[in-house]
Amino acid sequence: MFPQDRGAIGRFERARPKKNMIRYILQRLALIVPTFIGITIVAFGLVRLLGSDPVALLAGERVMSPERHAQLSHQFGFDRPIWEQYFDFVLSALQGDFGVSIRTKTAVLDQFLNLFPATVELALFAMLLAIAIGIPAGIFAAIRRGSWFDQITMGSALVGYSMPIFWWGLLLIIVFSGMLGWTPVSGRVGLQFFFKPITGFMTIDSLLYGKVDAFISALRHLILPSIVLGTIPLAIIARQTRSAMLEVLGEDYVRTARSKGLAPSRVIGLHAFRNALIPVITTIGLQVGMLMAGAILTETIFSWPGIGKWMIEAIGRRDYATVQGGLLIIALVVMVVNLIVDVLYALVNPRIRVQ
Amino acid sequence: MMSDVAVPPKAEHPRLSALREFWYYFSVNKGAVIGLWVFVATVLIAIFAPVLAPHSAEQVFSKSILIPPVWQEGGSWTFILGTDAVGRDILSRLIHGARFSLAIGLVVVTIAMISGVALGVIAGYFRGPVDAVIMRVMDIILAFPSLLLALVLVSILGKGLFNAMLAIALVLQPHFARLARAAVMSEKTREYVTSAKVAGAGHLRLMLVTILPNCLGPLIVQATLSFSNAILEAAALGFLGLGAQPPTPEWGTMLAGARDLITRAWWVVTMPGLAILITVLAINLVGDGLRDALDPKLKRS
Repeated sequence: MFPQDRGAIGRFERARPKKNMIRYILQRLALIVPTFIGITIVAFGLVRLLGSDPVALLAGERVMSPERHAQLSHQFGFDRPIWEQYFDFVLSALQGDFGVSIRTKTAVLDQFLNLFPATVELALFAMLLAIAIGIPAGIFAAIRRGSWFDQITMGSALVGYSMPIFWWGLLLIIVFSGMLGWTPVSGRVGLQFFFKPITGFMTIDSLLYGKVDAFISALRHLILPSIVLGTIPLAIIARQTRSAMLEVLGEDYVRTARSKGLAPSRVIGLHAFRNALIPVITTIGLQVGMLMAGAILTETIFSWPGIGKWMIEAIGRRDYATVQGGLLIIALVVMVVNLIVDVLYALVNPRIRVQ
Repeated sequence: MMSDVAVPPKAEHPRLSALREFWYYFSVNKGAVIGLWVFVATVLIAIFAPVLAPHSAEQVFSKSILIPPVWQEGGSWTFILGTDAVGRDILSRLIHGARFSLAIGLVVVTIAMISGVALGVIAGYFRGPVDAVIMRVMDIILAFPSLLLALVLVSILGKGLFNAMLAIALVLQPHFARLARAAVMSEKTREYVTSAKVAGAGHLRLMLVTILPNCLGPLIVQATLSFSNAILEAAALGFLGLGAQPPTPEWGTMLAGARDLITRAWWVVTMPGLAILITVLAINLVGDGLRDALDPKLKRS
């Protein structure tokens, strides 16, 4: 391989001093503080400012005696000044105490940790599906621009992007569970299998216990929810990959590589795709918040015992202590993931750090 | 409208020729034109719903429960798309439902766009601490998964379509703010702005009359995308039981009760979702066409 084969970006990267990178990461970390404060204010304020009776909201009880009201009011600290309540809320959150559900008498963080692996497992499979199909589809659509393949792919991508996913889930259940009987309708694994979670990932745990039939059952339960949750990311990734590829294919260094007589597969794989990957990675990273929103609907339809179903149920039984804590934890998770994506993005794309 | 494109342009009003040029680029995209026609049809259906619908949306035919669509055995022309679990005509409910979906899109986009653009323009024009505060608040709204934040807002404010629209507008607004801010910042240093400033234009005039009209392109595209997003999110809230309340014939709400019927009556589940998909798809097609027509970068290529 000739050294000049590395393309424009490779040389550009080495020309930048490392200091920029560290400064960028520090800047990005500093931005976390106001976001964290904002998130805590929203979670804290929602229940206290919007609700007519915050005590009743947090307790999740509609009717209560005045004595019970006073007792709970004292328990939640509503008899103290509001700023004191807020600082208390933030300090406990920083120590990992996100409140206790009055209804179920369990700590919000424990509930979250119990259910989170189920959502992560579902989201990972959904993203895997979206990436495995979306990226190749986008690349081929870009290479064969204007062909019937391109038109069908982009047409389907737009349909996927416009999909009301809760309806899509119901439709898949009608066809694959109802008519064909191929897949189960709800849950994570067949009811006959029961084991104590090790990782919380059903697919991994079943293998750790050496139960292959449980593993297969877990996969069968995963298929439809993953398709439903992965549909919109798949559409977005396919569209983004195509447009990023089209942009890169028009660049000078790709034309140079072509005119040098490099094989088309090498031009596309090495020169074009590597550089088109940068916006695609960002797009994938930005899906995390969207996956959480999608998980709410997907988990409700498939009775998937994860975070989304948990939040819906907490809202349904007016357990606002859980809603408040859960909202805060979820926002923090999304914030941390976005931070990681931003830093990774800066590592791959030196141009962003210059500013 | 298209036949005289090849004719050398006569001297005409500049607005008109801009419109002509816009239509020229827009109509290159066949999907966008189809989307536009479907959208126009939906608007007409919504406007003339009482005339078009064979029955009223809430009329119950207690002897005709779960009648299948006309092409299936047992179907009848009285209920072309069948009836639901209480014996209401699905087609009539879908036709009336178009009114809700379009109203939702319109109201949500109007609220989100006006507030978002105002905040974004102020932030991009004044910069400094004003900018920092506004954009931090927008970041914080974006830090929450949109549907989750909307859900919690609605559940605290109270179930119902109006609160759902407010909540969705709130979560869509940061996108407008970011876009408006970026556009204003890039336009602010242009010469025409400086010359307007030198000519004595005040802040308000500079922001609204001088700069804003030149940032409209991306905002219009965003408005289209937000329109379809609003319909989807409102339908999701309705499906989860927190949006429009039954017996309102809102499409998402119609699906809320349908989950139990998936094995018995597929049409009750399929039809409302199909209506959502077709409407949203049409709007997104238009959005794609608008982006192609309004983005000067793509035009030259």
